[in-house]
Amino acid sequence: MELKDKLVSSFPAIGDGADTRSTLHRIRIEAMKQFEYKGFPSKKEEEWKYTSLNALLKSDYSLFPEGKNKLDLEDVKRYFIHDIDSYRLTFVDGRYDEELSDMAHEGFDISLMSTAIENPEYREVIERYFNKTVNAKDSLTSLNTAFLKEGVFVRIPKGKLIGKPIQILHFSTGNGEALMLQPRNLIVVSENAQVQFIERHQSLSDHEVLTNSVTEIFAEKRAVVDYYKIQNDKLKASLIDNTYISQEGESNVSVHTFSFGGKLTRNNLNFYHRGERIESTLKGVTILGEKQHVDHHTLVNHAFPNCESHQDYKGIYADRSTGVFNGKVIVEREAQKTNAFQQNNNILLDDRATVNTKPQLEIFADDVKCSHGCTIGQLDDEALFYLRSRGIPTKEAKALMMYAFANNVLESVRIPEVKVRINKLIAKKLGVDMGFDGE
Amino acid sequence: MAYTEEELKKELETKEYEYGFYTDIESDTFPVGLNEDIVRAISKKKEEPEWMTEWRVEAFRAWEQMEEPEWANVQYSKPDFQNISYYSAPKKKDKYKSLDEVDPELLDTFNKLGISLEEQKRLAGVAIDVVMDSVSVATTFKETLAEKGIIFCSISEAIREHPDLVRKYIGSVVPQKDNFYAALNSAVFSDGSFCYIPKGVRCPMELSTYFRINQAGTGQFERTLVIADKGSYVSYLEGCTAPTRDENQLHAAVVELIALDDAEIKYSTVQNWFPGGKDGKGGVFNFVTKRGLCETNAKISWTQVETGSAVTWKYPSCVLKGDNSTGEFYSIAVTNNYQQADTGTKMVHLGKNTKSTIISKGISAGRSQNSYRGLVQVNSRAENARNFSQCDSLLMGNNCGAHTFPYIEAKNKTAQIEHEATTSKIGEDQIFYCNQRGIDTEKAIALIVNGFSKEVLNKLPMEFAVEAQKLLEISLEGSVG
Repeated sequence: MELKDKLVSSFPAIGDGADTRSTLHRIRIEAMKQFEYKGFPSKKEEEWKYTSLNALLKSDYSLFPEGKNKLDLEDVKRYFIHDIDSYRLTFVDGRYDEELSDMAHEGFDISLMSTAIENPEYREVIERYFNKTVNAKDSLTSLNTAFLKEGVFVRIPKGKLIGKPIQILHFSTGNGEALMLQPRNLIVVSENAQVQFIERHQSLSDHEVLTNSVTEIFAEKRAVVDYYKIQNDKLKASLIDNTYISQEGESNVSVHTFSFGGKLTRNNLNFYHRGERIESTLKGVTILGEKQHVDHHTLVNHAFPNCESHQDYKGIYADRSTGVFNGKVIVEREAQKTNAFQQNNNILLDDRATVNTKPQLEIFADDVKCSHGCTIGQLDDEALFYLRSRGIPTKEAKALMMYAFANNVLESVRIPEVKVRINKLIAKKLGVDMGFDGE
Repeated sequence: MAYTEEELKKELETKEYEYGFYTDIESDTFPVGLNEDIVRAISKKKEEPEWMTEWRVEAFRAWEQMEEPEWANVQYSKPDFQNISYYSAPKKKDKYKSLDEVDPELLDTFNKLGISLEEQKRLAGVAIDVVMDSVSVATTFKETLAEKGIIFCSISEAIREHPDLVRKYIGSVVPQKDNFYAALNSAVFSDGSFCYIPKGVRCPMELSTYFRINQAGTGQFERTLVIADKGSYVSYLEGCTAPTRDENQLHAAVVELIALDDAEIKYSTVQNWFPGGKDGKGGVFNFVTKRGLCETNAKISWTQVETGSAVTWKYPSCVLKGDNSTGEFYSIAVTNNYQQADTGTKMVHLGKNTKSTIISKGISAGRSQNSYRGLVQVNSRAENARNFSQCDSLLMGNNCGAHTFPYIEAKNKTAQIEHEATTSKIGEDQIFYCNQRGIDTEKAIALIVNGFSKEVLNKLPMEFAVEAQKLLEISLEGSVG
């Protein structure tokens, strides 16, 4: 049976026990219809021109993993950033794992999607925010909405500064079969509140894992949100990450995406502006090898005056890997005095590696500063020679140069421990034993 | 007296299309509609050999299966292909030996266009193959060219006189089934230009054709084929105008350039077809397929100045097949009122050490939409490919839009690709600076736009550069940002 048919026929199962009269139920029915109508995206669609899901759709995924595998904290500790004090939300095969989590908190909500849906106390919040920023026409997002079950629900009240970052970890064990996961997160950051997130998906199984994740973030007036995505999964794990961010006046949201692992990773990162003087930052470092494929699709929709957006994506591609960057900046007619910058630099290390990039601008306002730059090139032989003539072996010299290439993005990481971790991951990915921290 | 913005706007709005006149020449026009019989009839009318007829029919059959593309960033009501007459030729079909024999009314048309043949002949040394509503009526300097072995004639003549060359190269760069409009053109092309430069010959003059759409309700389907044999050089100019008409006219041309080893082709276009009235009514639809093929060490350079047409859909491309070949693309696209342009280039790097340069300047004013759409593709065998692209947009007023869709695909680690784009407006301080020095606002804008476009204007041959500069001024007068 094709995956689409399987999903469609499995849909009623998820409705069991749900309140069929609720708004939520209606949203999910609509979403299912949308997915049924559109199906999985194909390469014929402009947005999926360079990324084919066909290979992923062949596996027979288990949609609702039954048995709950026990994980020992010691075994999985290395996937956390464990040397900082943080809130932890851990999911195993799509279910919340209390023992691996730590969410002792007060004064704000760190909770689960399932709780938020079931608890009447949150009904108002759910009705106000849930599914409000997403692109309802996107078939994968619709699929996630239809199969909504579990995820993170965070609500920060006005003026609250959260001192510790919130770590979100999704483990998959697979139980000896291919697995499809669809976490759904909702994050509401109220006026003047500030919060940081670290998100990671990790497969522990040797079977195929396909994650179709949707995260909605609402940053209200003057809110500050800092989000780090670490993608260093196994070669059999694939991730489709859809993030929708709605920003109100004077808010500041930045998302850093570090893609080093996984078989196929697709990041759909969408920013929608709903006020003036907003700042949005989208940055990423991608280092790939083997037959890996990473696709960054970004959208920044400037709809109000005096806003800024900064995009900077660096990619290093070896072996037979493929990198895709499609950055779309839309500046609407009202959005005068917009500053939108977009930068995409790539290094190709092998002849079999491919880069496809499309930095796209659509501008309808005249008094704006918009620019994009894009390069594809190699490591500079002279710089390499310089390093080698000072006794640094070729491999290390190349690693140093690549690290320097990516450093622009790393500099803006605001949690030092995250930076240290990323540095280690980069060193490992480049196959060198170096600390880039100068320690 | 101060020239206010309001006055400027008014003047601009009331400014009629300068070339909007209609020549009353009796034409020999086919009934409207398109079917296989019409295709065969066109071929018969032009006394074409059997293979050409079959080639057209094959293209027509492919076209029937195709759908009109919708991916371009333009909106228009699609032309009704059954409501177009596919052939229109001035009735007197005798060939003229000298200008005196040409219908004086036709000459008058050319004079209004400012391309007086005598003038051109005498001063510029340009041989013009004038194409008016599809059939070549005057070819000048043919004898001088013939001495060097250069063939410069209409494509229908080439099909009759040089069938081997045409048969070998037609459709080799733009196949019949390449795209919807190329297929349509292959089926019904009425005329166009053919040029062949023999081995090692440097064409002594700039070759030029002028296109004009005259008859109401006729589509213009030009077919141009330029072949530069090994080690030769040619500079080719193309200019287009169309008189004012209310209904949209369709222009679907195909241009194929073939630069064999060590050859160089420079192809320049100035296009100022009727852009439609200030309310967006009428205007020409320009859906053109232009592509060049470079063999080893060859070079193709496209330069275009686009100020006209209601809807433009045009991507002059270079296939850099041979090692060390070079492709260049220099473009200025100006849109005003309700014009829409989706234009750019494709650089396909196949050979080693291939180089390409793209400089694109987009200027949008009024309620127009101006898009750059480009592709730079480096294939896995194209060692040391090098590309530099720059697309700059200038916006005037906040009712227009500027868009950039650059596609960059690299499959070789030695590729070096750079792309940069900026969007800006004409600064008030820049205008003020000029005003202070006694330059009125309108002149100041012309000055700034000229500076903005200089990199491209410099690439045009002398005769065209002057005209292009004037066109820019006409198209943008009064569009203060």
